Amino acid sequence: MSGETAKELRAGDYVYITGTIYTARDAAHKRMQEALEQGGPLPFPVQGNIIYYMGPSPAREGRPIGSAGPTTASRMDKYTPALLDMGLLGMIGKGRRAEAVKEAIVRNGAVYFAAVGGAGALLSRSVTDAEVIAYDDLGTEAVRRLEVKDFPVIVVIDSEGNDLYETAIEEYRSE
Amino acid sequence: MRTIDVADVTRNIREMCIEANHFLAQDMEEALRDAAQTEAAPLGKQILCQLRDNLKIAGEDMIPICQDTGMAVIFMEIGQDVHFAGGFLETAVNEGVRQGYTEGYLRKSVVGDPLLRENTKDNTPAVIHYEMTEGDRVRITVAPKGFGSENMSRVFMLKPADGMEGVKNAILTAVKDAGPNACPPMVVGVGIGGTFEKCALLAKKALTRPAGERSSIPHVRKLEEEMLERINRTGIGPGGLGGTTTALAVNINTYPTHIAGLPVAVNICCHVNRHAVRIL
Repeated sequence: MSGETAKELRAGDYVYITGTIYTARDAAHKRMQEALEQGGPLPFPVQGNIIYYMGPSPAREGRPIGSAGPTTASRMDKYTPALLDMGLLGMIGKGRRAEAVKEAIVRNGAVYFAAVGGAGALLSRSVTDAEVIAYDDLGTEAVRRLEVKDFPVIVVIDSEGNDLYETAIEEYRSE
Repeated sequence: MRTIDVADVTRNIREMCIEANHFLAQDMEEALRDAAQTEAAPLGKQILCQLRDNLKIAGEDMIPICQDTGMAVIFMEIGQDVHFAGGFLETAVNEGVRQGYTEGYLRKSVVGDPLLRENTKDNTPAVIHYEMTEGDRVRITVAPKGFGSENMSRVFMLKPADGMEGVKNAILTAVKDAGPNACPPMVVGVGIGGTFEKCALLAKKALTRPAGERSSIPHVRKLEEEMLERINRTGIGPGGLGGTTTALAVNINTYPTHIAGLPVAVNICCHVNRHAVRIL
């Protein structure tokens, strides 16, 4: 994804992602943070890339991956602004983000996508290849390189700071 | 006295872990299908249709419905005339979980120590709740619980003066705070009464009730219906992206409590509200 594309996307856009993305969730983020603190390298170049907050179920024989839906993004909020400032361009998860993350998204012209939570079997069909590239000992929480084709996501927070969770919920609220 | 070999318990729990994670009970499947018909938001409708497709793919291709195949919560309702033979029951239950999760391609999501956080690599131990019942049967419920929604669950120690309004506010507060994080449409399990731990257990057990089944206590049933309607007016909607389907059911269990208290627990579950039941 190019920086221009990220900036053009708007909250509410339905997007199909094709290409390479990387998985990392709680334990992997903790390790990446520790690597940064010690001046060590990260397991993949974050600049211009997309992180998918996801830990899959094991793949059956002949399949690239098992069930592969998003996990709650807010648990990664603590680590996210630093990664965005290093050039991370996109994140795929589910659920609300902290103000500090929103500010870092705007500051860096990035984007936060949601995939449908609890649709892991359906989403696994858009994953064509998966390879563990770091932290193998973390099991499901290892960092994986995924090749995806037409992976369906929705833009939730765009580079202008619009948040679909706030606007769409307000639209249907009738209390 | 009826004797049950614990090997039968292991075999059944192994199968139930795999079954619950690939096939949603019919009540939940129907509730999702009905919601797709009535949802007002176009995006919400699309998400509900995706969830329906997801269930179909999960069953046909044997891919877990959700990658978070949960921590195994197991209710063992044991008739007092049952005698278990062949080993320790708890070991047999955990062995069933171990076999189900390792042989059934389910995710191992349990860490052995909550602070040191090393994965046990076989999803054990389970969280097991034992209950004594009359008779010589054993009713086993396997309810794998995902933590996206578990993390959004709450216990409120209300005062008697907070009354019915306090209970309603507690339920709405928990649901709104959960919002998009809990993978709506949710099932909301509520426990009212008892003590601190009893209300949490009531709420957990309420989640195992079939989605279309209402409380047999008239004022509790009324509260369930009112809360479902009010929750669906919050606008949270499918995926938390706006809509009129925020919850599929509100199941409330109650228990006597102390003159000084009104404990309320709200255990939130996503639409993948898994429960498999067998009677031995």
